[in-house]
Amino acid sequence: MLDGSDPFVRFKNVQKSYDGETLVVKNLNLEIEAGEFVTMLGPSGSGKTTCLMMLAGFETATHGEIELGGKPINNIPPHKRGIGMVFQNYALFPHMTVAENLTFPLKVRNMSAGDIQDKVNRALDMVQMRAFADRKPAQLSGGQQQRIALARALVFEPELVLMDEPLGALDKQLREHMQYEIKHIHENLGVTVVYVTHDQSEALTMSNRIAVFDDGVIQQLDAPVALYEKPENSFVAQFIGENNTLSGKVDSLTKGVAAVTLDSGDKVKALAVNTDAKGSRTSLSIRPERCIVSQKKTAGLSALKGRIEELIYLGDHIRCRMTVAGNNEFIVKVPNTADQLGLEIGAESYVSWQTDDCRALDFKES
Amino acid sequence: MDVSQPITAADGTPLKKKLAQAMFRSKLRATGLVVPLLAFVLASFVFPILALMWQGIHNDTFARLMPNLTEELRVWDGVSDPTEEMYALLVADLRQNRADKTIGKVASRVNQELAGTRSLFTSTARKAKKLEPPFKEALIKTKKKWGDIKVWQAMKLTNQSLTPGFYATSLDARYTVDQGFVMKEEKRQIYTKLFVRTLMISGSVMLLCLLLGYPVAYLLATLPLKYSNLLMIMVLLPFWTSLLVRTTAWIAILQSQGVVNDLLVWIGITGDESRFSLIYNMTGTIIAMTHILLPFMILPLYSVMKTIPPSYMRAARSLGATPTAAFIKVYMPQTVPGIGAGGLLVFILAIGYYITPALVGGQDGQLISNMIAYHMQKSLNWSLAAALGGLLLLGVLVLYWAYDRIIGIDNMKLG
Ligand SMILES: Nc1ncnc2c1ncn2[C@@H]1O[C@H](COP(=O)(O)OP(=O)(O)O)[C@@H](O)[C@H]1O
Ligand SMILES: [Mg+2]
Repeated sequence: MLDGSDPFVRFKNVQKSYDGETLVVKNLNLEIEAGEFVTMLGPSGSGKTTCLMMLAGFETATHGEIELGGKPINNIPPHKRGIGMVFQNYALFPHMTVAENLTFPLKVRNMSAGDIQDKVNRALDMVQMRAFADRKPAQLSGGQQQRIALARALVFEPELVLMDEPLGALDKQLREHMQYEIKHIHENLGVTVVYVTHDQSEALTMSNRIAVFDDGVIQQLDAPVALYEKPENSFVAQFIGENNTLSGKVDSLTKGVAAVTLDSGDKVKALAVNTDAKGSRTSLSIRPERCIVSQKKTAGLSALKGRIEELIYLGDHIRCRMTVAGNNEFIVKVPNTADQLGLEIGAESYVSWQTDDCRALDFKES
Repeated sequence: MDVSQPITAADGTPLKKKLAQAMFRSKLRATGLVVPLLAFVLASFVFPILALMWQGIHNDTFARLMPNLTEELRVWDGVSDPTEEMYALLVADLRQNRADKTIGKVASRVNQELAGTRSLFTSTARKAKKLEPPFKEALIKTKKKWGDIKVWQAMKLTNQSLTPGFYATSLDARYTVDQGFVMKEEKRQIYTKLFVRTLMISGSVMLLCLLLGYPVAYLLATLPLKYSNLLMIMVLLPFWTSLLVRTTAWIAILQSQGVVNDLLVWIGITGDESRFSLIYNMTGTIIAMTHILLPFMILPLYSVMKTIPPSYMRAARSLGATPTAAFIKVYMPQTVPGIGAGGLLVFILAIGYYITPALVGGQDGQLISNMIAYHMQKSLNWSLAAALGGLLLLGVLVLYWAYDRIIGIDNMKLG
């Protein structure tokens, strides 16, 4: 069915406006391969649900084209798209039992009773809910309802499953457990999953690739590792994981390395990732765990003087808040080793890092 | 732990008792707050209804006003010829009634049992003073009817204060001295026909309200706020105009020289001579009542539909159901509590409806409540009115019970 060159799902220059005045989705381009687990991650209101609803067919794109399996689906109604969906509030039909809920998509496809029974049982086994077949949704806990919703979205064997913050209503422990479960189901069945969440750890745990959304635009589309290690702009750097920001001005650019004068007057070197030539403002991004606190400068590393403001003991590491180059929210994660326990509040020391770990990105007021 | 041992509070008193003590004050306050309303409801609603219900099975007019004859009638077997003594006691009571000016009440009461006996009593009472013994002959001489055993049987029946007679009448039966309950002949049955008609009209009104109201409620629940607010105002508008104004408006619209008929003649659907009679008949009653009761269907439906998140329909469609199938299999079953509540509300209001059928119902658009009003205001047969009302109330209770059995009253959503 697929001729290799076409991706399974493709958004082509998609725009969406609800009111004709503002664009909620601005020129979205996204290609998803068959079998992939792609997450749309972004703050609330960034247009993730809207994208998902356009893919499912419940919202129409104002402009652009959406393709599924190489064919445009803009004019295909939702019930003919064959896409499984898991909703945030589960949307299990309250007047039907668990088994009837699972039977529903098979019945509307006019399957034989034997097939239906088979598939329902298999789907229930997959989420370990066979024993609850005759209960009404209201008689199930949140986690159990979640499993049933998952089973229902998969029971008719769709090739694409959409999930809109499906774990949002669960408590932390259950949420983490379900993340693994969904991940395993995805690996076992090989379906394509488009997942929406605003929780970055959820996205990092489960996805093959993550599309970071902000303000209707995909800021970066990458594998979890790349997203964390190599953010391409300030939004991604700050949204994913913890991040220290220092603002400054580019003095010169040589071989991909920018010499930057910070607002405090200090001069540092940084990897030029997303910054214009000489003279432009830039935000430097450094991960807390890539910094070293020491009494003396270390050879080969960039170093700045800092003052320790706060120390929080967290067992495996010590969280050290410092004032560095005028930024008093500069965090360093100091590994818990014997010689590091000498840190003292108020002490002056050096903070240093590899030039490659300090990324010069687009300027963003922090 | 010993389970049989009652749990005690820290100071040793049983926990239950301690809790009751702690709750006493708040209970007292709560009770104090509802007492005025409770008293009002009891005095103005519960008590009058109970009193009226009591009238439906108890009427002591005759026994009270004919104290001498009462005992004798009670022991009389109801088939043998009345004795001279009974005639004598009758004359004594009639003289007393004449003096007390209570003969009218007695005459009316017996007349309810046996039509055409009113004047028999009033005219005889006028002459009672002059009658001489033997009274049997004297009475039969003044009015031949006094020799008719039927008159005496009617008196024996009315003499019985606690009587099923009014309920029997309400069901088009007669309660007789010798044969017990006897159904009236077909062409004289009015009340059962009226009950059936009331149920049919109420049922039609309920169905029409459901058919017309369901789409409106759906729109109300799903339209964007600015449109749904406007629609809600239109739904509630009838509540802000007087019932009388609305009903007369329907007269203006539906009468044979009214807007609708003019329009139909103009279009050519009907001729000028054969205009439809849309009012002063059952059609008029149904149209006007449907209009008036429509909000009572729409509001409960709306309140239920409002709580159904759109994600259910979306889920159904993503699972492969066409819009129609999704609506019928997923949406509609969830509105059943609203259909039940609205249906029950409209039906119960409809079977007790009075003003509208009185104004636009003509002959065949009258409901049982119009008959009740007639007996309250015109014929002054309050006991019969009470019995008819009692049957109506019973009907409502049966309906309510059936509803509870089938749908469950806890499922009802009124708003
Ligand atoms: N049905 C709608 N009508 C009008 N505006 C909407 C509608 N749905 C979403 N929006 C707006 O579109 C923007 C993106 O919403 P959404 O896609 O739900 O974001 P997310 O899922 O990322 O939180 C928001 O500003 C929201 O207010
Ligand atoms: Mg959302």
